[in-house]
Amino acid sequence: MGERAAAPPAGRHQWEAAVLQEAKMAAGSGCCLRPFSCELGLLSRPDGSAAFLQGDTSVLAALYGPAEAKGNRELPERAALEVLLRPKVGLPGVGERSREQLLRQTCEAVLLGRLHPRCSVSLVLQVLGDSGSLLSCCLNAACMGLLDAGLPLASLFCGVTCALHPDGSLVLDPSTRQEQEARALLTFAIDSAERKVLMASTKGTCSVEEMQQCIAAAQSAADTIFQFYRDSIRRRYSKS
Amino acid sequence: MKPSPISNCERRFLLRAIEEGKRLDGRQCYDYRNVSISFGTEYGCCIVELGKTRVLAQVSCELVPPKPSRPTEGILFVNLELSPMAAPGLEPGRQSDLLVKLNRQIERCLRNSRCIDTESLCVVAGEKVWQIRLDIHLLNHDGNIIDAASVAGIVALCHFRRPDVSVQGEEVTVYTPEERDPVPLSIHHMPICVSFAFFQQGTYLLVDPSEREERVMDGLLVIAMNKHQEICTIDSSGGIVLVKNQVLRCSKITAVKVAEITELIQKALENDQKVRKEGGKFGFAESIPNQKITAFKMESAAVDTNNVEEQAEEIITKADPPSEVPVLYTPGTAQIGEGIENSWGDFEELEKEEAAEEEGEDDATAFECQKMEIEDTNMMEETKTDEPILLSDSEEEEVVILQPQELPKKTRAQTNLKQGSTSKKAFIKRRKKKRAAH
Repeated sequence: MGERAAAPPAGRHQWEAAVLQEAKMAAGSGCCLRPFSCELGLLSRPDGSAAFLQGDTSVLAALYGPAEAKGNRELPERAALEVLLRPKVGLPGVGERSREQLLRQTCEAVLLGRLHPRCSVSLVLQVLGDSGSLLSCCLNAACMGLLDAGLPLASLFCGVTCALHPDGSLVLDPSTRQEQEARALLTFAIDSAERKVLMASTKGTCSVEEMQQCIAAAQSAADTIFQFYRDSIRRRYSKS
Repeated sequence: MKPSPISNCERRFLLRAIEEGKRLDGRQCYDYRNVSISFGTEYGCCIVELGKTRVLAQVSCELVPPKPSRPTEGILFVNLELSPMAAPGLEPGRQSDLLVKLNRQIERCLRNSRCIDTESLCVVAGEKVWQIRLDIHLLNHDGNIIDAASVAGIVALCHFRRPDVSVQGEEVTVYTPEERDPVPLSIHHMPICVSFAFFQQGTYLLVDPSEREERVMDGLLVIAMNKHQEICTIDSSGGIVLVKNQVLRCSKITAVKVAEITELIQKALENDQKVRKEGGKFGFAESIPNQKITAFKMESAAVDTNNVEEQAEEIITKADPPSEVPVLYTPGTAQIGEGIENSWGDFEELEKEEAAEEEGEDDATAFECQKMEIEDTNMMEETKTDEPILLSDSEEEEVVILQPQELPKKTRAQTNLKQGSTSKKAFIKRRKKKRAAH
């Protein structure tokens, strides 16, 4: 508390660091989300686009839709969603395919596809930088892209990654090094209506209690992320 | 996604405007669009924007055995990809012609011009050399992909740092970035492509065509040049007939443009190096300007996880314990029969049945079957209360069962036990009947 009394202009950086340190200790060690940034509508060709940056991890999402679907891909009663994830280096492999399926299932759960039957919605994601928590960054970019494209959604969703260390401590939004040291890595997609879990993807071993703790922590982090969504959209439409 | 074709009125409009010396975005005939370069946090990662055309480039390296024909030279591998997000018509796996042409042009520009010193990439002659891999992704297609890609490629190569290597006799040590600072590639010169679009059989010329202008052009001339005014490649496509004067004029324009762009690249590289040295913040997040209304930044936020353990305990105590009942997923389409009954536990009973079959005597077997029957009824009661839960995606209102199971009135000698569950069922039902008779 004494640090707050010190004059801010003199040691501004130290003061900020001290406040952050206090907040970290109050919140439980390591439960801190990295600095977020988001830019909407940065590409001119796609119907909706969003770049989401979490620390040094960044993903660019672009959406085309609803558009005419190809013959065999169209579904008679709802829109057909297609997700493509492209890595930065090399050709897409099995890891990208599995992430695409997870993203597709999450997006289909919120997208009101019944309003656009026989149409296709294509979501293309490009990894701009990978420094930990890639799947949750993809989820966040996908949701902002859906918002920018103006597609009808039942609710928003966000992605949160938790890393469990061998000593049992929990870290949210881990960096690459924290991911490597962790004994379990859990990614959850949380929806905005009732903070329910839309998708869970885990790697490693953890007990049932630990998993429930991670879900509770992810739901708590989701509040911050949804507030970030709200603020960026509000800023975007502040001058219309 | 289908690409929308350009309409006739749009085509006529563009051509007439070009005849009058006007362009859709207000540029002059020889004007280039704004080039902006931003770097990522990793070395060798950059995004280049040429107007609205946006390209991402990333360089990575790997130690590989060299090509047998050139044992002392490293390898440069260039791969240009048109991401499906760049334009509506670009599907993965359906872009062959344009993609091949662009890849070839970029390869000629960067590899054949020998802008990188490949001899310096050799570690152990004949055994280990560095393979430098350059991946270029097109993010937004607004015309003139080749120029943007060439700028992005050369900037990424200049920005990249490879791990330091030391060779002592037979031992090769590759140092991590923490042990020794990574080393930049040795680059002789920077070749940059400039494109010229020709209209009306070569009468009108536009530099740096946009996407609409590319669609209505007759032919394209690409000249790759470095700042020393050396031409690295010339490529003319589209079947236009060019006169010597035109080509010379284009090369003079190229020299001017390349000088400007090279200066811009140098400045951007210097800025980035300065920021990294001084320990400031760098990366894509910093290149997003704060004043943009479409961009929003949030500082590091702490999350309150104090009562996480209590919440978790609450949920676990309230939850139902996992059930013993098997949950079966059925595809939910037309169904024949009433669904399967779990007969995996009956393997021993089945064996006993078979043994009883072979004897073929009703009395002796009847006794044995009665024994088994008792076990069966026990099991049957169990299976009645714990029927497997069928989960299906079927959206049918009513489940219509075709060919419902009829009770076969066969003697046991005729039943084919290889049928497994159906015969088992028939057997149980027969036993039920016999019990009723008693």
